[in-house]
Amino acid sequence: MDNNKSNLLNRIRNSDVYFSFKKSPTAIISSIILAIIFFCSFFVELVVPYNPFDPSSLSLMEAFTPPSWTEDGLPKFILGTDGQGRDMLSTILYGSRISLIVGFSAIIFSLILGVGLGLTAGYFGGKYEMFVMRLTDVQLTVPSILMALLVDGIARGIISREMHDEMAIYVLIFAIGISEWPQFARVSRAATLVEKNKDYVSASTIIGVSNLVVMFKHILPNIMRPILVIGTIGLALAILAEATLSFLGVGVPPTTPSLGTLIRLGNDFLFSGEWWITFFPAIFLVLLAFSINLLGDWMRDTLNPKLN
Amino acid sequence: MNFRSLSKILLAVLLIFATNTSFAKTIKWSMQGDSLTLDPHAQNEGPTTQVSRQVYEALVTRGLDMSIGPQLATKWKAVDPNTWYFFLREDVKFSNGQQMTSEDVVFSILRAKQPTSDFKEYISTISSVKAIDDYTVQIKTSKPNPILLNQLSNIFVMSKQWSNENFATAPQNWDAGQETFSAVNAMGTGPFKITLREPNTKTVFKKNKKWWGDVEHNITEIQLLPIKNAATRVAALLSGEIDIVTDAPVQDLNRISSSAGHKVESTPQMRTIFLGMDQAADQLRSGNTGDNPFKKKQVRQALYQAIDIEAIKKKVMRGLSEPAGIITFPGVTGYTKALDKRLPYDIDAAKQLLADAGYPDGFEVELRCPNDRYVNDEAICTAVVGMLGKIGVKVNLFAQTKSKHFKELKDDQGDFYMLGWGVPTLDSHYVFHYLYESGASWNKVNFSNADVDAAIRVMEGEVDLEKRNAAIAKAWEIVKDDISYLPLHHQVISWASKSNVDVPIRPNNEPLFRFSRVN
Repeated sequence: MDNNKSNLLNRIRNSDVYFSFKKSPTAIISSIILAIIFFCSFFVELVVPYNPFDPSSLSLMEAFTPPSWTEDGLPKFILGTDGQGRDMLSTILYGSRISLIVGFSAIIFSLILGVGLGLTAGYFGGKYEMFVMRLTDVQLTVPSILMALLVDGIARGIISREMHDEMAIYVLIFAIGISEWPQFARVSRAATLVEKNKDYVSASTIIGVSNLVVMFKHILPNIMRPILVIGTIGLALAILAEATLSFLGVGVPPTTPSLGTLIRLGNDFLFSGEWWITFFPAIFLVLLAFSINLLGDWMRDTLNPKLN
Repeated sequence: MNFRSLSKILLAVLLIFATNTSFAKTIKWSMQGDSLTLDPHAQNEGPTTQVSRQVYEALVTRGLDMSIGPQLATKWKAVDPNTWYFFLREDVKFSNGQQMTSEDVVFSILRAKQPTSDFKEYISTISSVKAIDDYTVQIKTSKPNPILLNQLSNIFVMSKQWSNENFATAPQNWDAGQETFSAVNAMGTGPFKITLREPNTKTVFKKNKKWWGDVEHNITEIQLLPIKNAATRVAALLSGEIDIVTDAPVQDLNRISSSAGHKVESTPQMRTIFLGMDQAADQLRSGNTGDNPFKKKQVRQALYQAIDIEAIKKKVMRGLSEPAGIITFPGVTGYTKALDKRLPYDIDAAKQLLADAGYPDGFEVELRCPNDRYVNDEAICTAVVGMLGKIGVKVNLFAQTKSKHFKELKDDQGDFYMLGWGVPTLDSHYVFHYLYESGASWNKVNFSNADVDAAIRVMEGEVDLEKRNAAIAKAWEIVKDDISYLPLHHQVISWASKSNVDVPIRPNNEPLFRFSRVN
């Protein structure tokens, strides 16, 4: 067991990916930031002392407290409080958990859908391929945010109001996921077309391995690199899409705010000088999306040697 | 082309420009919500009346100082306590040029008494309306009515012929979602006429050149452009896109008044904000206890004492509100300082009351709120949710746009809801008649008390002021003690405008553009 572990560590340590990671300060910094954000968001109960969504812990009299380093700030609210007396730091971390959950789920949903369709289209070809690829063409003509708005609007019409708040997060995941699958389908189809004419695929086919096994056991691992690259960048896009939808008021409800909802709620106080209510969630969102993008860029450079 | 024709063209162009700049005075007016309908009898709601007021006129009206004066009627007399004669102006034309006669007045008052009218309770004491001649109207009441003039000041007069031609003889059935011609068109005798109506987007009023009155304003056009988002509305005002905002967000008043080209005016508004709790349903629609906790007075009092109204005043309203003990405000007949005193804010007492009532662990309920009607309505509700959470009552907030909020409230869908009540007649009777009388249209808490109903009858028919005031005081005592509503505060309104725009602020939040000037 120990042997296995050290083997794996050694393999990682000797890999070209690790080598390039060590050489790239942007990759190191952005992954440290991401690690901190992920940790703080998913273990938020351990990190911050307040649960901003427990009404009994709030005091309205503490509303609009500015950040602690300013004149009227209180040391217990490092980033100040919002209009209901909620601690901004806790609210942001709770909010970013929702943003991350939605972003990850949406991207996994569109990865499964896009890669599944792209891979099979590339492998089988023919009319099925044409149908799938024209479908991606049609969907690419519709801006993804519009697509997500459309899905959300239809879902609102179908789902009863009582259910809507509970379903909102799933609707959002579906809406963002469905609007981003075409690029995964395109990339995986293109990569599959290259792979399927290679000898190992022909060999597998000749010895009678079933199509499913060929596709998902043999081809899929070989096309993973480009998919991972666009998947990472897609994650940043999905988080931003969630923020946009929530900012427009069609995302998660204000009772369980995500980063976009927080920015929207804080927007009302921009003119009155309570800048911290919208500024900190916005900066946090920028930091999150920027780090993921930088990491994605580094992955593209490393995993796609053709670009070098 | 010779010099002569060229100079003619130039002169013509110059003339067009000159008239445009010196005579075209447009006011762009914004608030968070729009008028619900242009039908003047379909909805008895603030912004709806504010829009109708510019286009329609009534027999009598309140001037800038809120006192009743003549409008379409020049004078009136009561020959006996139940019979009134109104003598109409003879020079009034509708904006299509048609002459206004007593036929139109009779038609309009009868129209406002139809079942689909939201003003039918308003003038429920009127038993008959008759045209004596072209310019005399006789109104009979079922009993002596001391506040008939107050009530008539909100019954707008429409054109009978226009209504007949456009299938608008009955008020739009707003509660059923009916669409009618009169809901998107208007034909009144007022100083302005509506030339474009896009609900929730844009309404254009043009000066009515056929108006009978002395023109004191210098406005040629008003554009009503509702902007729901507070920050966007303020940004539009500061950037010059909007001239006046009649519901300036309290948090932005400092910012606006510090801008060189803008001014802010505030005045206590004739409106009280409160929460209603349905006490008739056997089971709450959104509850979890299987019964209706609101039936118990202890529960209602617990909720009352759990609300820290001073914190709401300080943080949500930024000082611009006056905590309320009853749903009426200074200036209304029957209001006293003693009545307006609140029960103290006391969390421990509230918890004890809840436990005594049999809900030591609280209960769950949905709070319905409008999010574009009252000053910071949604923020007040969010604050209330937090405060009630502290005594264990789990409140789920459901905030939506006012047209849906009011409609669903009227459809009896609310357990716990926010409402604001203004008193255009400046008499307590208006509050009791709509909010407390058994079965009244806005009595959605389903309060019912025979003594209060009897007192309301006295208010309607008693001309001896002392006896009438005693009845009002007694009714207030009963309803205040029962805590059927949770009063929150009297609203203070603020209007923000460009410095060169002069629209006199009024405590009922109704702008009168006929007294407005753009300099």
